[in-house]
Formats: sequence, C-alpha cells, structure tokens
Amino acid sequence: MKKIAKEDLPKLFAKVSGSMDLFTPVKMAEVSNWGLWDQTKTADLDTLKTVKSPKDVFFPQCQTLYMVHQDDEGFGLNPMKMTEKPFCVFGIRPCDVKALTVMDQVFLNQEPVDTFYKARREHAILVSLACHRPAQTCFCKVFGTDAAAPEADVAMWDVDGTFYLEGQTDKGREWLEAFADAFEDAGDPKDTIEKEQASIREIVEKLPYTHLSLEGWGVDKVDEKFNDPHWKELSDACLACGTCTFVCPTCQCYDIKDFKTGHGVQRYRCWDSCMYSDFTLMAAANNRQTQMQRYRQRFMHKLVYFPTNNNGMYMCVGCGRCVDKCPQSLNIVKVIKTMGKENADV
Amino acid sequence: MQELINRAKELLSGGTVVRVLGWKKGDLPYNPEPHIFTSAEELDRDFIYNGFCGANLSKYMIAATKLEGKTLVFLKPCDTFSFNQLIKEHQVNRDNAYIIGVGCKGKLDHRKFERMGLGDIAEISGIELTDECDKIHVKTVYGEEKDLDYRDVMLERCFFCKTKQHQIFDEEMLDSKDTVAEGADRFEEVRKIEAMTPAERYAYFRSELSKCIRCNACRNVCPACNCRHCVFDNTKYDTPQKANASSFEENMFHVIRAFHVAGRCTDCGECSRVCPQNIPLHLFNRKFILDANDLYGEFQAGLDTTTPGPLTAFTFGDVEPAAGLERSKG
Repeated sequence: MKKIAKEDLPKLFAKVSGSMDLFTPVKMAEVSNWGLWDQTKTADLDTLKTVKSPKDVFFPQCQTLYMVHQDDEGFGLNPMKMTEKPFCVFGIRPCDVKALTVMDQVFLNQEPVDTFYKARREHAILVSLACHRPAQTCFCKVFGTDAAAPEADVAMWDVDGTFYLEGQTDKGREWLEAFADAFEDAGDPKDTIEKEQASIREIVEKLPYTHLSLEGWGVDKVDEKFNDPHWKELSDACLACGTCTFVCPTCQCYDIKDFKTGHGVQRYRCWDSCMYSDFTLMAAANNRQTQMQRYRQRFMHKLVYFPTNNNGMYMCVGCGRCVDKCPQSLNIVKVIKTMGKENADV
Repeated sequence: MQELINRAKELLSGGTVVRVLGWKKGDLPYNPEPHIFTSAEELDRDFIYNGFCGANLSKYMIAATKLEGKTLVFLKPCDTFSFNQLIKEHQVNRDNAYIIGVGCKGKLDHRKFERMGLGDIAEISGIELTDECDKIHVKTVYGEEKDLDYRDVMLERCFFCKTKQHQIFDEEMLDSKDTVAEGADRFEEVRKIEAMTPAERYAYFRSELSKCIRCNACRNVCPACNCRHCVFDNTKYDTPQKANASSFEENMFHVIRAFHVAGRCTDCGECSRVCPQNIPLHLFNRKFILDANDLYGEFQAGLDTTTPGPLTAFTFGDVEPAAGLERSKG
C-alpha cells in the first residue's frame, strides 16, 4: 500500500496532469464540481458531495457529436474524436463509482453500445476515496454500496491528513507504479485502514436513511405503483426544474439537438430532464402532459422500470444529492417512504 | 403554529376554503415542503411553520386559484409583494384566494449550517416563530452540539427585509420579529460590482455564471417568470433550455431573464435561495431595481395591485434611451 500526505497532493497532481488528463473536484466561486485539474485550480477532496456528480467526466452535459461546415467547396462533416488516452478520475466517491455501473447497463451492456461513453469508460483510471464523514442525506448502503470500501482501480482512505492508496486492479497498480516517486511506501497499515472503515460503517448505521426499506418497489411493480393516488400530492409542489436530474449520477436521458454556428451546424447531445415540458416530445404530441406524469416518470424509471428491465438493479445509488438540492425539498426518499411498505395501507 | 392549524381547520370545515396551501413537515428537521392540505387530519399530522419554511408560496397560487373553490394560502410579508404583482399581471384570481398573512422572523439557510460543518442536523430548537430570536440549538448526527445566533444562519435576503407589513391579506396571524441588520443597504453588493473595472466585472460574472447547470430552478421558482411557455422552452428556435451549446450561453440566459423581470421583480430572493450552485442571482435583480429607481424614480414592485411599473407605463417624462448610453460610459 502507498501513502501520501494531503499537503503533497498538488505535487502528485502536477505529475499526473503532466502525463494524462486529471479530473478531480475543484472549487470555483465557493462551490465544488468535477473539473479538469491544472495548476490554476484548487482541488477540493474535503467536500463529500460535489454539486454535480462526476457523470460529466464520462457523459458530459453537453457533448458535440459532429460539426457540419459549409464553405465555397461545399459541405464538410467532422465527427468528434473519441478519447484515445488514459485519464485519471481522482477522488470519486463509492456511490458515484456504483453509479457508473448503472450507466454501463444503459450505454455498454445493450445494443447499440454508446461509443463515446465506451471510450471514456475504458480509458478512465478510477481512484476512489472512502467517505470519511458521510452525510445525513446519504443512503448508499440501501443500494449495496460500502462507503468504507471503494470498488475502483485504486481505493483510497483519508486518515488524519494522510491518504492511503491501494491498487485493486492491474490498471490501478500500474497507475500507482507510474507515479511511484510521488508516494511513500505505507508498509502494512491494515490496522489504520480497518479502524477508519469501522468508524465509517458505524456512522453509516446511524444515518436516518440507511435503513430505508425498498419493499413495495422494484421488479414488476408497474401496475401497482403507476396508478397510486399519491403521485398527485407528491408532485403538487414540484417546480418542474431539472435540478434533481442534473445533479443525479444515474439519470442518463439525453436529447440530440442542432445548433446553428453561422457557417454550418453543430450537432450535439445534452442531458435531458423528464421534468421538462418537451421531454420525449414527438411530432404528434407529448404523451406526458402534466407535471404529475413527468414527476411519476422520474421515480418509476428509477424504482420500477429500470429494475424490471435490468435484473433488479435500481437506478439510484443513494448519493443524496437530490435530497440536498431540491429547491422545495421534494425527493426520492420521500417518494419511497410515502408509497413504499411503510405507508402501504395509506 | 397550532393557531395556524386551528384557523385553517376552521376555514376548511366552515366551507370558506376547500384547500390549504402551506408547508408540510419534512423527514429531516430542515426540509419542509410546500403542500396542499385538504383535510383536518392532514393538517394536524403534517402542517408546519418554522424557520425553514422559506419557500414563497405565491406562485403556486397561479394554478391554485384556477381551481374550483377558494384556496387558503399562508404568505409571509415578502411573499405578499409577489402576490400583489401577480394580481397586477392578471395571473391569479384574487376572489379564489384567502390570504392569511403570517408573521416572520427571517428564514434559515441550510447552506450556512453546512458551511459551519453543522449541516447534518439531527435535532434543532429555537426555529419557531415564537422562540426567542437569537438562540438556535443544533445537534448533528455526529453528536456535535452547538448554540448559534439565529442571524448567523439566516438567508441573505432577510437581512434586507423590506418590511414586516403584509401588503395584502384577509387576516393576519402571529407577530413578526425584526431581522434587518443595522445599517443594512441591500444595494451595497451592487455598488461594489459597479465600482469594478469592466474586466473585473466580466471576470466576476463569468466565474459565477459559468457554474450554471441550466436546471432552470431560478426561473421556475420566480413569481415574475410566469410566462405560460418560456421562450427558452420553445423547441422551434435555437434557444436550448437544457444545456449550453456554447460556453457563453448560460450567461446570456441569466442576463435575458433579468431584463425580462426588470421592473416586476419584487426582490423576494427565491432565485438565489434555490440555485444549486449558489449563484448570487439576486444581484442582477438588485442592479436593475437600482437603475430603474435612478432613471424612473423610486419604485417597489408589489406594493399595490394597480400602479404601472416603470417599464410598463409610458410618460412624457420618461428617460430618453440616450441617457442610458451616457450612464454606461460612466
């Protein structure tokens, strides 16, 4: 196992970014989001949850697919290049790693494979940081994630200002080897790590959402849940903004659009949101006319449709970002509780 | 709080109103949500009114007053400005609203608790309107306990509270408490930005607005943004509402929105409260208010339901466009 003092991280980052793209949470104007690190950026590994998830690194909110250019010669078509070089995703949290496996289900494990996503996924080296201080709104354990044991190429723990790193895959071990001179040998810090893990797990047990029951949700609950009368009252206060969908690490709906550049067309895709009025708008009409229907779509997709189509896998990892960020404090936990087992008789 | 529940139940059972728009208890101590109550049992079980009930319920009344029967709504003093403005713009039906003007002692900003490392609130006391103004006791899920000054965790907008007088109401309940900071000048931040060089100002807004994720929460929560179909949601034009095709677009979105609500914005501060990226959007609105005051005379949107706004009325005394150009040269 390797270790590095927290204050030496900028040195490590300088080395890493010298040979590959390095993505990590960076602080800008008081908030932390994932970004490409360079010397001008301040990395922030203390903030537990970035506002947006690292989803952008693999599936950018706005991504150009190709450009059409018109000049005197006629039309030219330039497809965007795929990622061809390895890059590092440093400090990704265990729930966000889990979220990638959810997105893999959509973009990789069924035809057609999303080539842009595939290229990003294959070239990424995930260095995942255990959650030293999980938040009240975290419920990753409900979906089978252990915040104390990151499942990534490299697992990392922050103990009293020292980061301990363990390579867990060949890719991860090679990455540690490539930057070996930035690290110190940690010897066998088994006790230190186990103590940290025990402390994380102890906190997780105490969090209010950790024991949230998913009973009543999941595979084949379509008929039962679709017509539940609670959708109306739950959605009444929904502003129809896209905050929940845009901060979510697993929401993967996108729209393809054209932008007139003046001399041609930029065809891009951007995250869509089922909260928006033109979501799945078709030539004939829109099959979801009301906010209740759109609101229901979001949670049915995550808690019923997706598990039904993907061997029981939920499209939520319990990161709790939507719980933190909904302007009116509506969220998936309230939905699960209101219509789940706990209130089945209501 | 119990008196609010009792009164709502009275009005409901007496048939004066058929529904009650208020706040429902959250599942954490700090996340109540706006909610429509239709029964006494529901009010008894779920109704809440405390420091975390910051949401301005006026805009929900656009939809609620289109329904059959009257809706009882609880409005804080600042929310009543929005309601008046919505009447002026023919967006709400006054006859279908029963307004209880409810007192306020400033609302709380959970983000400020987070910044103090106290965001994981397991227990909290001192946030009821009837509690003493200056004491909050917090206990976190980590077992940390702390006494806080109410003002240290108050929403920014509340330091610049316009008034504790309700501008429109059918009845008033619970007394307000003063929140305004000594010597508070709500345009202070604006003046600081005005004093910047153009390059500094540009850099400032770029760094703030580049955080925008186009969630549209600011627009959707804004009572002045009441177009039935926003131009940014129009699929027929090149106005993508979901993402930025160019890196400057989110900047333009906010500038255009600020122009559109100019003269109609009551400075309720909801835009900044809801922004997931903490963009200080209210500064745009305050800049426009300051400019409009300067060019057309003092005006506060929502003071009444009839006075035309500075940009919606023509008078021969109106400032000439050239004056604006002169001002921009400094």
